[in-house]
Amino acid sequence: MISLITYNSMTKTMIGKNQISDDIVIHLKDVNIRYRMLQERTTSLKEYALNWVKGKNSYTHFWALREITLEVEKGESIGIVGDNGAGKSTLLRVIARILHPTIGQANIHGNVIPILELGALFDPELTGRENIYLNGAMFGFSRQTMNGKLDRLLDFAGIGDFIDSPLRTYSNGMIARLAFAIATDVDADIVLIDEVLAVGDNNFRKKCISRMETFYKKGTTLVTVSHNLGLIQKLCSRVIWMEHGRIKADGLPKDIIPVYKQSATQALYDKSQADNT
Amino acid sequence: MKIENYDSNHVQRSLLDEINSLVKYRHLIGELILRNIKTRYKRSLLGVAWTMINPLLTMLVMTVVFSQLFAFDLPRYPVYLLTGLLLWNFFSETTVSATRNLIWSSKLLKRIYIPKSLFATAAVGTGLVNLLIALLPLGIIILITGTQVGLALFFLPIALLLISLFSFGVGLAISAQAVFFADVVDMYQIILLAWMYLTPIFYPLNILPDKFKWIIYFNPMYYILECFRSPLYLNKVPEPQIIFGAVISASIALFLGGFLFTRKSDDFAYYL
Repeated sequence: MISLITYNSMTKTMIGKNQISDDIVIHLKDVNIRYRMLQERTTSLKEYALNWVKGKNSYTHFWALREITLEVEKGESIGIVGDNGAGKSTLLRVIARILHPTIGQANIHGNVIPILELGALFDPELTGRENIYLNGAMFGFSRQTMNGKLDRLLDFAGIGDFIDSPLRTYSNGMIARLAFAIATDVDADIVLIDEVLAVGDNNFRKKCISRMETFYKKGTTLVTVSHNLGLIQKLCSRVIWMEHGRIKADGLPKDIIPVYKQSATQALYDKSQADNT
Repeated sequence: MKIENYDSNHVQRSLLDEINSLVKYRHLIGELILRNIKTRYKRSLLGVAWTMINPLLTMLVMTVVFSQLFAFDLPRYPVYLLTGLLLWNFFSETTVSATRNLIWSSKLLKRIYIPKSLFATAAVGTGLVNLLIALLPLGIIILITGTQVGLALFFLPIALLLISLFSFGVGLAISAQAVFFADVVDMYQIILLAWMYLTPIFYPLNILPDKFKWIIYFNPMYYILECFRSPLYLNKVPEPQIIFGAVISASIALFLGGFLFTRKSDDFAYYL
């Protein structure tokens, strides 16, 4: 069996009994997230009413996160690893205050910029420029502020003459670059990155990684979800390993990543053994 | 941007705080209104003209059909009708698009935190722009029919404020339900149709038999419509009891809608 490594953040960062240090920017206390699904997926009020009369509105509950307690200090770079469905993205959504904990408490200090899917905040019918304004406004910036950033954004994204064409004429790479440029040209306290570096060519990836390193140097707190363990090893000062909605291990990359790798290989081996028999 | 502190156990849920967060995201409201207007007109040949032609055509048809019928009660029938149509269109378009915008933004709301009442706000803003554009042909009709207008026009902004708040409240209430059940919009549109016939838009109040008049007096849109119509059609500030009814209607809609919406808005991301 694989031994569990648990990094005890509680003793390190708690001052006194209930007082939380100023340096803690993400504080999750016993956070549980429950998705509720109707057994027969009822999306209309009519069906719901009919089923209610028949007493058939039963739910299945799915706990995407269970008893997550986590403290992140300012300036830490956290990598989250785990298999698909382990709750990594759900955890990011809690930190981004998109999902409200079903049970538990989340305290976040500072501005959060979530980069959960590049280009998802764009409108394909609007031009690149209009999308820059729209996307900027979602982060709270005026047109004036965005105009000041325009040259930098265009340079990073390499869009040039396309700026006044509708976004639907852009290539996926251009959309990804533009979205990443807008989201990272911000003085945020916390930046959340969900598997976005999987898109784009090598050149873009290099640019992105250097951006993230700049964040790290500036003291921005980074939380990165990725299946790319090399990237995690390179960028993160601490790794959280999630499994079935729980934190399985929490510690230094050099301690966690080899064990995680081994377990992933082990799982693959077990599966092939099972398939063979 | 100011530093934000978020505590999931102490999320502010009152209407006032919702309005506060709307102020913080005011740039986004502006961008959404602009986008709504642009995408509406971008691909149509006549562009902005549609906003003006559409109610005019409806007015023309209905004038042909009804003007003889109501000639005795309603002189300058086109003005009476058009004021009613414009206000009703504003109300129905705004409330339906508040709901549609929220549902369509599900992609957005799963990826970034945005105050959710923003979409109803943008819908009201878009409706106001469209209404202001449509006031232009109304002005022309007022001139053609020789309707007198005067200082009572200064009451018009108050009427617009009342209908905006009322539509905002109803939009919040409907969209909060539509997140959970997709057919709420369809049902609401049926209600809208019945509601339209129960509002004196194209007929005068006194054609109703006395025993049915109470229905009209329970219709909030009656008071708000009178507030809008009085200055334009009668050159008069509406009666105090009409203004009172309109203010009460708008307040109830606002607080009820705000309550229904903020009570559930934390859960939207789970269902959208």
